[in-house]
Amino acid sequence: MLNNITMGQYYPVDSRVHRLDPRIKLILTIVFIVAVFMAKTFAGYALILGFVWLTSRLANVPFRMLLRGLKPLRLIIILTFLLNLFFTAGDTLWVEFWIIRITKEGFLQAAFYSLRLVFLVIGTSLLTLTTSPVSLSDGIELLLTPLKKIHFPAHELAMMMTIALRFIPTLLEETDKIMKAQMARGADFESGNLISRAKAMVPLLVPLFVSAFRRAGDLAMAMESRCYHGGDGRTRLRVLKITKNDWIACGVMAALLALIILEGIFL
Amino acid sequence: MRSDSRVQLNNVSYSYEEQASPALSGVSAVIQPGEFVAVLGHNGSGKSTLAKLLNALYIPTEGNVVVCGYNTREEKLVWEIRRRAGMIFQNPDNQIVATVVKEDVAFGLENLGVPTEEMIPRIESALSAVRMSACADKAPHMLSGGQKQRVAIAGILAMEPSVIIADEATAMLDPSGRKEVLETIRSLNRQKGITVVWITHFMEEAALADRVLVVTDGVIRLSGTPAEVFDRVDEMREMHLDVPHMTALAGELREAGMPLRPGILTVEELAEEVENLCPLK
Repeated sequence: MLNNITMGQYYPVDSRVHRLDPRIKLILTIVFIVAVFMAKTFAGYALILGFVWLTSRLANVPFRMLLRGLKPLRLIIILTFLLNLFFTAGDTLWVEFWIIRITKEGFLQAAFYSLRLVFLVIGTSLLTLTTSPVSLSDGIELLLTPLKKIHFPAHELAMMMTIALRFIPTLLEETDKIMKAQMARGADFESGNLISRAKAMVPLLVPLFVSAFRRAGDLAMAMESRCYHGGDGRTRLRVLKITKNDWIACGVMAALLALIILEGIFL
Repeated sequence: MRSDSRVQLNNVSYSYEEQASPALSGVSAVIQPGEFVAVLGHNGSGKSTLAKLLNALYIPTEGNVVVCGYNTREEKLVWEIRRRAGMIFQNPDNQIVATVVKEDVAFGLENLGVPTEEMIPRIESALSAVRMSACADKAPHMLSGGQKQRVAIAGILAMEPSVIIADEATAMLDPSGRKEVLETIRSLNRQKGITVVWITHFMEEAALADRVLVVTDGVIRLSGTPAEVFDRVDEMREMHLDVPHMTALAGELREAGMPLRPGILTVEELAEEVENLCPLK
């Protein structure tokens, strides 16, 4: 169970989408979000759906993996739909009883806004499903590098992300161990109401925090002894290169954005 | 270019701020290039402090530590010292930085600003020297303790050090992991001539060294070959340190009247000696 936890959402297969430069993928995701917001009609959404479907085919990622990202957000999506459905003013009345009025305009707007949320989630899932956390943090670091001029800690941020990724499995293993040790001494993590369960977490969290701080101290010393002195003058083992594929991806995304803009003007 | 790869401690003292008595007081020693020196001592004897002084992680309160011709007091030279005197720590988990083995080996090289093309062959040769090439693309948490320590050794080896300091590097490992790590270090010492300072509280490990320094209460009490040191059974006991079982047994046999030679460390040596004294008919 602990083995794949570092991977997060990452869907580890090889594909042209997986091999894209993480910097390009990050930028394209932002452009995609802009495109979703600029789409004014369902025709635009059809275009976006087509794009998402094609990308997921190219990435060898099953479409249901994309939909899985929606699960944690289903409440918000449903709420968005219902609020828009009931509270949008409109003329074409469909259903009316007691205080509930459902109009055609309300239904369309509800569908439109909840679909927008769906596309936003799917688009960002495409990024996280096809990019490993490590190359994602690489991409973020390199994209933020120009901000170093205004003293934005781009390297430090990426280093923190890498270390967090490195220690997630270690700390999970430790949590498991402490939990078992406390259970062997009669601790009960499962029964009781919310408050007593939260209280039961204290003997788990205290040793975990103590050990995490000790680990941090040790790691800092180990890093220093291996000549770590911040991002200045540092070289990298992983070098990112923009390839032909990246340019093609940019072209496709530009075409999508252009079509969406045209659709907004003419439809 | 300074070719002096000795490690020198000149009358070194070190006190932690929060403690009244110094952790080390007036320690002097010279470690020759290519030597395998074990530093033996029980908990709180100051042996870990000694290790951290050699890597400029601590700066002595008094006296000087000179590593490969560089004094640890000179702040500008700290990176020069650390690339030449690599350090392995006790906890295998807490010294691996990256999420992939080969990237962790690259960590030191990245810090030194080594160009990428040069990094790749250095990582490969470091990993093959510790026999971990097969795990180059694995995640560190999938490895055993002994393998993690070998990755840590590779990470230092890639920086091409003259000295490796191991601060109880085997203390948290199981017996087979301990053996792996010790064998790796010993072969690096013999084949590449890397000086090793091996901090430990295991007598059996110290017995394999060229020289043993025994540290108690912040001073070096005994120094000599393993045979010389372990033959002083009573002194060792007084410092709450054990000697290898065979040395202790030989001592008792000697007291009982058997004229055994001094300096017996292993079962084989004792068996041979006993057979010499009373040949089997």
